[in-house]
Amino acid sequence: MTGLTTLTTLAANTTSTGEAVQFWILGTVAVIGALCTVLMKRAVHSALCLAATMIILAVFYLANGAYFLGVVQIVVYTGAIMMLFLFVVMLVGVTAADSLKETLKGQRWLAALCGLGFGVLLITGIANASLKNFNGLGAANTAHGGNIEGIAALLFTKYVFAFEITGALLITAAVGAMVLTHRERTERARTQRELAEQRVREGRQLPPLPAPGVYARHNAVDIAGLLPDGTPSELTVSRTLRERGQIRDVSTQALEDLKALERRSEDRLGREGHGGPALPGDRNDSGRDGNDSGRDRGGSGHDQDDCGHDQNDSGRDRDEEEAHR
Amino acid sequence: MENLIALLVAAPLLGAAVLLCGGRRLDRSGHWLGTVLAAASFVIGVVLFLDMLGRSADDRALHQHLFSWIPVEGFQADIAFQLDQLSMTFVLLITGVGTLIHVYSIAYMEHDERRRRFFGYLNLFLAAMLLLVIADNYLLLYFGWEGVGLASYLLIGFWQHKPSAATAAKKAFLVNRVGDIGLSIAIMLMFTTFGTFAFGPVLSSVGETGEGTLTAIGLMLLLAACGKSAQVPLQSWLGDAMEGPTPVSALIHAATMVTAGVYLIVRSGAIFNAAPNAQLAVVVVGAVTLLFGAIVGCAKDDIKKALAGSTMSQIGYMILAAGLGPIGYVFAIMHLVTHGFFKAGLFLGAGSVMHGMNDEVDMRKYGGLRTYMPVTFVTFGLGYLAIIGFPGLSGFFSKDKIIESAFAKGGAEGWILGGVALLGAAITAFYMTRVMLMTFFGEKRWQPDAEGQPPHPHESPKSMTIPMVILAFGSVFAGGFFSIGDRFLNWLEPVTGYDHGHAPISAATVTGATVVVLLIGVFLAWAMYGRRPVPVTAPRGSLLTRAARRDLLQDDFNHVVLVRGGEHLTRSLVYVDHTLVDGVVNGTAASVGGLSGRLRKLQNGYARSYAVSMFGGTAVLIAVTLLMRAV
Amino acid sequence: MSPVNYLYLAALLFTIGAVGVLIRRNAIVVFMCIELMLNACNLALVAFSRMHGNLDGQIIAFFTMVVAAAEVVVGLAIIVSLFRSRHSASVDDASLMKL
Repeated sequence: MTGLTTLTTLAANTTSTGEAVQFWILGTVAVIGALCTVLMKRAVHSALCLAATMIILAVFYLANGAYFLGVVQIVVYTGAIMMLFLFVVMLVGVTAADSLKETLKGQRWLAALCGLGFGVLLITGIANASLKNFNGLGAANTAHGGNIEGIAALLFTKYVFAFEITGALLITAAVGAMVLTHRERTERARTQRELAEQRVREGRQLPPLPAPGVYARHNAVDIAGLLPDGTPSELTVSRTLRERGQIRDVSTQALEDLKALERRSEDRLGREGHGGPALPGDRNDSGRDGNDSGRDRGGSGHDQDDCGHDQNDSGRDRDEEEAHR
Repeated sequence: MENLIALLVAAPLLGAAVLLCGGRRLDRSGHWLGTVLAAASFVIGVVLFLDMLGRSADDRALHQHLFSWIPVEGFQADIAFQLDQLSMTFVLLITGVGTLIHVYSIAYMEHDERRRRFFGYLNLFLAAMLLLVIADNYLLLYFGWEGVGLASYLLIGFWQHKPSAATAAKKAFLVNRVGDIGLSIAIMLMFTTFGTFAFGPVLSSVGETGEGTLTAIGLMLLLAACGKSAQVPLQSWLGDAMEGPTPVSALIHAATMVTAGVYLIVRSGAIFNAAPNAQLAVVVVGAVTLLFGAIVGCAKDDIKKALAGSTMSQIGYMILAAGLGPIGYVFAIMHLVTHGFFKAGLFLGAGSVMHGMNDEVDMRKYGGLRTYMPVTFVTFGLGYLAIIGFPGLSGFFSKDKIIESAFAKGGAEGWILGGVALLGAAITAFYMTRVMLMTFFGEKRWQPDAEGQPPHPHESPKSMTIPMVILAFGSVFAGGFFSIGDRFLNWLEPVTGYDHGHAPISAATVTGATVVVLLIGVFLAWAMYGRRPVPVTAPRGSLLTRAARRDLLQDDFNHVVLVRGGEHLTRSLVYVDHTLVDGVVNGTAASVGGLSGRLRKLQNGYARSYAVSMFGGTAVLIAVTLLMRAV
Repeated sequence: MSPVNYLYLAALLFTIGAVGVLIRRNAIVVFMCIELMLNACNLALVAFSRMHGNLDGQIIAFFTMVVAAAEVVVGLAIIVSLFRSRHSASVDDASLMKL
């Protein structure tokens, strides 16, 4: 408690050197975080950068004597709101990266110009304002026995109506969110029999879908099962993953990994055997190995590309058919 | 007694309504109905006249308020009549001559299958003309004014199957419109100035009004008079109006309607007295028309058109007299009445001649008719002597008074006007003698008509000759009756006022001069047309003759100045409209459209673009706020 | 160090957030940038509270947070339903305002 009071007085009356150091370091980080929020390609990264900025802001709140707000900032913003953001990002697709290419002509320049002008004006305004004399929060924070008590006293007296109205607002928002996201079933859910009959009618995949590929070293749902000719079958992977393009293709990698393993064991066992003529090829294989895995990790893009090709092809086919007609 | 006034108008109006709405079952009796009703109106007029004579000179005016026409706050228009000595004179002239011409028309129009309609129109004319002269306010006068214009239009174009008649009717109507606009503007000016239209209040409050307003009203009234009375510059319709049946020419375009302008000016005398400039304009118009009509009359070979020129000239005399102010008002009206007699008589005589000559109007194809139609010859001759002002006949007294009044105007103006009037008298003598000689004297120059039938000149039936005889009596004795003992002067003076003026020369001198110029004119005409045979085809003639034959180029002037000018004005206005007005309008539309096309691109539907605008706008707002604080 | 620096920082963060709203197409990131702007405002409010020596600024910041929470709930719900119907979270795809 005593520590808190000293902190209070400190925060209220002066800006200590410690606070200055803290401001400059954390302030820089906060700006970088904000910039990253804007510039990161993936929404997840943006969200994380924003969370970092918010935490730094929480620290600043504390430094300014707003202890309650500092804690609330961490709990509500970083804890609740940013998690909500992350949920939605997951829902929408965590790996889906934005293309930062601007589509609206001149939008980026205009935005930069407006931002620059706005910022300059804002900062000029602040610089011109007469903000030289500070009262400090010491008296205010101690008047009711502490920051939280002070806020409570204000909140439940002077701002009680606003407080109640925000309560109503929150309830409305919760109901509104439910209304927006809840989908009323407008028709009866189809029974299993009807689904089966539909499948028969449409003549598509009558038996149950095949299971994903299971290998000795891989047991995951994102690895496609292989068809008899060795190519992976997308049918075996869950539709969600398929749509996100998160299928891992290990049809060739597994075999190559096996080969590489055998060769390494041979090497270790003392270079005996028949590896001579196969060596250069094997080396090449291992080289390609790395490439492949690299490709796999960022494979979503490629898969999307493939998808795009397919669509293009099908589109071309349709065009040709129409031409034939 | 004053309740009879409305009957003056009602009788012929009833006749017009019955005849025009009655249909074919009235074809056989309609003309009698029309004539009887016209005569009834005349009888009523005479009764009122005798009653009026029984009262003292200051108490002779009768008033009848029939009903309120347009009762609006601050705008009271009444159907109300005023019958004073001036109106009485006109009533008697109109109904008297009108009745005679009705009688004449019974025979003249005998073979016309639309005779019933003709009588309906004549009755309509009588009603409108009576309304004009007995109205007690300018608005009702205007009503009658338009009514006689309508009747004139219908009667000039009565033989509408002739394109020339239809065109003449349209021309008369259009030219009259110009004058009517003058009258309506004058009435509007009166209403804004005096707040009323009634003669009494308007004419009595003239003294409190500025001269500028009065001059404007006077000039507008003069314009109206020019239109109705065929004065320069609106004279062009009268010659063509002779396309109508001859009784119409006699009644409307000689005796009554064309004198409405004189009535208007004399009735509004108080206004003109207070506006010398307007009065001067009246005098100038009268003097110019006097010579204009006389010159035109000299060159015409068509007997009716020669008489029309004469009418124009004689009305010029009246307008001239009316423009002289109180000096001349009485004599203008007196000449109007005597002119009504002898000009109606002359026209009826001309009609009688045409009747006997297979409707031939060219005097060069007449000649030597005096023995074939003696009654016509005598009555026409008396009319002729009256109009040239032969001493002792009507025209002598009335015209001589006008010439005296013109001299009495005083100063250079008096000399000029008197000179013009004297010159006019000489020319009148010339052209009337010419008409007389070419029609009744010399050798026969008769030509077969279009069907090859040679004319068989014969005297007209009684119903035609009797009116001519009565009118001839009027032509001979009216002037003397009016002048001896200044009867007419005493009769009208309470209404119009009278002023002797300042005669620079004695009345006897003027009379002598008049007689001398008259004899000169007659002699010249005899020398040109009596002594030598008249060629059947007109010689080419001098430049003036040719111009006069074309009505002194009045139609050419109108065509060049008004028609061509109007066309050019229209064309240039259309050009301005197409380039400037349309250009501005279309340019505005195009620029708005182009701007919208550009602006539409801002509306691209992308939320981010809108956000940029909002953000930029916020920045601007902050900048403005800062600047305002800085200032 | 003057506490005014907090205001400069707030202005900077606000501007960065605003530009982010303008240039990003992913609705979620746009939303995050809006949150960044709100936070910048909150920082300014807290700094003002300190300068004036009363707690009203903090109260307003608190309300801002509550309202932001409500806004996020509704906004994310909108984004989710948008994604459901259009299979995209790009704000440019929702250019339905233009016919």
